[in-house]
Amino acid sequence: MTRHIRLLAIMLVALIGTVGVTTHALSQDDDRAGLRFVVVSHGQASDPFWSVVQRGVQQAAEDMRVQVEYQAPNTFDMVAMSQLIDAAVASNPDGLVVSIPDPDALGPAIQRAVEAGIPVISMNSGSDVAKELGVLTHVGQTEYEAGFGGGERMAAAGVTNALCVNQEVGNQALDLRCQGFTDAMTAAGATVEVLAVDLADPTGSQQRIEAALASNPDINGIMTLGPTGAAPALAALRAAGKIGEIQLATFDLSPEVLDAIEAGEMLFAIDQQQYLQGYLPIVLLTLYNTNLNTIANDVLMTGPGFVTAENAARVKDLSAAGTR
Amino acid sequence: MAVTEEVAGQRPAADERLARVNPLRRLMVRPEMGAVSGSIVVWVFFAIFAGDRGFLSARGTANYLQVAAELGILAVAVALLMIGGEFDLSVGSVLGACGMIIVVLSVEYGWNIWAAIAASLLFAIAVGIINGYIVLTTGLPSFIVTLAMLFIVRGATIGLTRQITGRTQLGGLGNVPGYETAKAVFASRLKIAGAEFSISILWWLAIAALATWILLRTPFGNWITGVGGNVQAARNIGVPVIRVKILLFIGTAVSGWLVATIQAVTFTNSDVLRGNFREFYAIVAAVIGGTLLTGGYGSAIGAVFGALIFGMVQQGIVFMGVDADWFQAVLGAMLLAAVLINRFVRNRAMEVRR
Repeated sequence: MTRHIRLLAIMLVALIGTVGVTTHALSQDDDRAGLRFVVVSHGQASDPFWSVVQRGVQQAAEDMRVQVEYQAPNTFDMVAMSQLIDAAVASNPDGLVVSIPDPDALGPAIQRAVEAGIPVISMNSGSDVAKELGVLTHVGQTEYEAGFGGGERMAAAGVTNALCVNQEVGNQALDLRCQGFTDAMTAAGATVEVLAVDLADPTGSQQRIEAALASNPDINGIMTLGPTGAAPALAALRAAGKIGEIQLATFDLSPEVLDAIEAGEMLFAIDQQQYLQGYLPIVLLTLYNTNLNTIANDVLMTGPGFVTAENAARVKDLSAAGTR
Repeated sequence: MAVTEEVAGQRPAADERLARVNPLRRLMVRPEMGAVSGSIVVWVFFAIFAGDRGFLSARGTANYLQVAAELGILAVAVALLMIGGEFDLSVGSVLGACGMIIVVLSVEYGWNIWAAIAASLLFAIAVGIINGYIVLTTGLPSFIVTLAMLFIVRGATIGLTRQITGRTQLGGLGNVPGYETAKAVFASRLKIAGAEFSISILWWLAIAALATWILLRTPFGNWITGVGGNVQAARNIGVPVIRVKILLFIGTAVSGWLVATIQAVTFTNSDVLRGNFREFYAIVAAVIGGTLLTGGYGSAIGAVFGALIFGMVQQGIVFMGVDADWFQAVLGAMLLAAVLINRFVRNRAMEVRR
């Protein structure tokens, strides 16, 4: 019995030890002035979007020759995330990168980091609060501008009556995307209707989109606010035989979206290039530490980037490699 | 041979219950011993591997103590219930619901924050009573009943919040009437050695002290152990089984309410998903603290140290620079180690008697 426990204890220590040693060993012998940064994001490890961000972070750490630790809460738990930020601050790193999906919950922890004299860069979400929290700069896509860019492109493609399909009503970021899209379309003389669908119910969403198209035959363009809206919209267009007749575009990438763009069934996808949201903050923090460089813009925009039929095949390869 | 006979002959009428036990052994058979020594081992481990990276600093200590405190409040109540022979899986969802009730009532409907906090307390008590009542009248396992309650409460929280506000995350609690006094009680920070310690740590210790006193010094404490050990025997000697168990269910729900209030007031907002998985973490902390899944045996102090181990490991691997991805794997290994050690200690405890 005692032997078993001893064995188990040794295994446990070995497990923690190995994990610790490997992360240290990665960059220890080749550090750039021994710089150490911590990234705390709200992206869960299993989310494909965030694994691209994480790859960006890793590549930047390698390229800049600095040590970077990536932390995220196990669930979408802002309390746990603020405690991760506090722990990161207590470990006194040379720089901190955070995403700010909930400014109320995370603001105080970020301010404590700033007060402790740690340079902080925010990424992905929180562009509107980053400056007042004392963050050096924000790296991400501003949703309204992304929607506006999408609207301009769609109007240029000749769309005069569009649907804006919102799969998550109440999500502020999505409302902003739709608002920007609507404003750009209106400026070009087109009209936009908003249609709410349920992201957890693709069949029901498809039916709703079909019904909306049937009730308004003037519609010649659809903008979906994410791949969970794009898939049912695509199915609805296929079912109605309106591919090509009604232009379809979406925010964010997924394998189906890339296939559809490559096949000419979709016009474009708005890409926020989250790889940059992982990569660039590490570069900026390295330069801040070694050369005291700062960026003058409050927001360094990684989007909107556009994926169209011209570059879809290449983006698909990169997506398979895990960097798009 | 002759020696043994002589010894036996010296105290022919010795009652085994009065036999003197080696004090070290007596200490070892306390349910919390595994967790106390485990805490020391974990602390030393991180002091060695992460001591130069902030784990030993006042700020680092404040950090893991706060994590431990918020879990520990739940774990102490859950440990009492488990000693009483029942489970409560609805704690995390009650936590999410109470936080939402506080924010919705005070921000959306303009209530004074204290009235909103009181309303959410009533809600928690009601959930506890319903849990206890269903379990005791139907005889269904509390595991299933409270699991159902977990889904009902969590689902209703998401559904109602979306219906009322159209969102899943609500803020603005910092501007409602009464906020400053609520902040002093639930969210103040005490500055010690340059670091800010959360007041939730005091709540945690106070609740642990109360629970320990109840368990060890009051008849009610004996009843808890009794109903968890052998419910029929307890009933036969006149223990009010139903009252005891319903009070324990109320206790766990109220612990969820307390953590919800602390979090809502601290962060001035609430999220429908808050408290997700907390019910399992609380059980893990109680089990690491030596409480038996079968009931009748355990301690509140053990749950305190179980939560402390939990907090140190969860935050310690961040200090070490290990990706938090690994936290669950380490947690699982620790849980397994804890139950094996506890089993070993208990077997020893049985030997002592002979």
